[in-house]
Amino acid sequence: MRKFKEFIIQKLILICGLASIFFVILIFLFLTKEGLAVFKSVTPVNFIFGKSWYPISEPAQLGILPLILGSLMVTLGAAIISIPIGVACAVYIAEIAPLKIKEILKAGIELLAAIPSVVLGFIGMVTLVPWVKSTFHLPTGLTALSGSIILAFMAMPTIVSVAEDALYSVPKSYKEGAFALGATHWQTIYRVLLPAASSGIVAAVMLGIGRVIGETMAVMMITGNAAVIPQSILVPVRTLTATIAAEMGEAVVGSEHYFALFAIGIVLFIMSFIINVTADLFLHKRK
Amino acid sequence: MRNTQRSQKIAFFLLFLSTLLIVLPVGLIVVIIVQKGLPAINWQFLSDIPRQGMRAGGIFPAIVGTFYLVFGAIFFALPIGLLAAVYLSEYAKDNLLNRIIKLAIINLSGVPSVVYGLFGLALFVVFLKFGASILSGSLTLGIMILPIIITTSREALESVPQSFREVSLSLGTSKWQTIRHIVLPNAIPGILTGTILGLGRAAGETAPILFTVAAFYLPRLPKSVFDQAMALPYHLYVISTQVPNVDEKVRYGTALVLLFLVLVMNLVAIIIRYNFRKKKKW
Repeated sequence: MRKFKEFIIQKLILICGLASIFFVILIFLFLTKEGLAVFKSVTPVNFIFGKSWYPISEPAQLGILPLILGSLMVTLGAAIISIPIGVACAVYIAEIAPLKIKEILKAGIELLAAIPSVVLGFIGMVTLVPWVKSTFHLPTGLTALSGSIILAFMAMPTIVSVAEDALYSVPKSYKEGAFALGATHWQTIYRVLLPAASSGIVAAVMLGIGRVIGETMAVMMITGNAAVIPQSILVPVRTLTATIAAEMGEAVVGSEHYFALFAIGIVLFIMSFIINVTADLFLHKRK
Repeated sequence: MRNTQRSQKIAFFLLFLSTLLIVLPVGLIVVIIVQKGLPAINWQFLSDIPRQGMRAGGIFPAIVGTFYLVFGAIFFALPIGLLAAVYLSEYAKDNLLNRIIKLAIINLSGVPSVVYGLFGLALFVVFLKFGASILSGSLTLGIMILPIIITTSREALESVPQSFREVSLSLGTSKWQTIRHIVLPNAIPGILTGTILGLGRAAGETAPILFTVAAFYLPRLPKSVFDQAMALPYHLYVISTQVPNVDEKVRYGTALVLLFLVLVMNLVAIIIRYNFRKKKKW
């Protein structure tokens, strides 16, 4: 009897162990089940490279190029801001900060990661958006730039914590060797520690960017949501994620529009899949 | 020599500045929300239903809705996540299957939140016909926080020293008895940390509940798990972008309640983990 109970429990544990694989497949299946139907009315090439997104006009124009470019522009801006600051902060926490301050800083970074994106979006709306508007003399402050700045703050916790881990796991002997040769602390950091931790830092940057591409609420609240191909960083843009969030409420289940939004979901899913697998490869290279 | 010393000083100053650039805005955000939100907080705001098209009254249904959703999500995700962690730390061998499971977990944690929303809509709302309901929303959020719970629980289980297991097994207990009576009790603080972090994440997310549960305006409490519900993050989104002329105070007040809820959960998790690490005897 006890053997039987043990057997059941072990099988249950195995099933739960496999649950994450099951859910990943399930997500992919349901996205494709609803999303692939859009390719009856538009070819994949026209869907990805089509220049206009008018999902409810007659006939509907379902080209997501403006949305992809919107996402890319906001992401690029966020990366330019968050990568140098994030890596620098990771170096400071891993190498320079005294132990007590280090603990406080790490807790602070964790709290930043915990702030809900809708709260950051709200704060962006009431502080950053008016500031961008008046600084650059724009008709509206709801621009790609505002989105980039807020998203940079959402990418930084990921970048800092993964990069700090990478720096921390560089063997002590590397550092001691550099010191013994008469290098200063800073020389040791940028000639020895940073190169040694480089693949971990690359992974940190990729995971941060992954977070930015998938971010929805804050972006929807402060980028202005204009589905046109952006000409500069100071105009409103609309991202892939914001399109889904803003339009799914109005799309009729089973309509072309509904299928198209799921197809955008497939694009996002594949993007995040590629980013996460590559980042994981970089993390394992280190070990 | 003096040159290298000077460049070190400049470099360290810049690193320090970057750190300030992250930490100061975080502090500022919290201070602004507390300062402007606090005047809105009173008993009526916390316990009344929204009135006058959400421009007055309170946010009670949104608070209740968020609690239902969060505990529904944990109810679903904790057992599966914990057992999955037990599998990974106690049973799994270092083989291809194990590698695929880990990749799946990494991917689950990287899937954009709005894609979870789509998935929840397609599977729970449309395919299983749960409709937009607390059940659909909880299940969607549950799958989203699964990777957090698996990863933190697994770390907690793996940090229990191997010798504990060996002693227990040498006394003639079975593998499951050892896990149940030796490994799990010693990992509880770590598991608790993961659970609370999962709660905090579920409480703050908006995109997964947009199409699976959230009601724009529902001035009553949900009656069953098949009922729609309001939720704090969605409510904040609605009153700051969809409804014109809402008093600034109401927006800040809602933001404060949400922020307070999420930050308190995270602080509790950080404190549990900190104390556990300090007291750890092995």
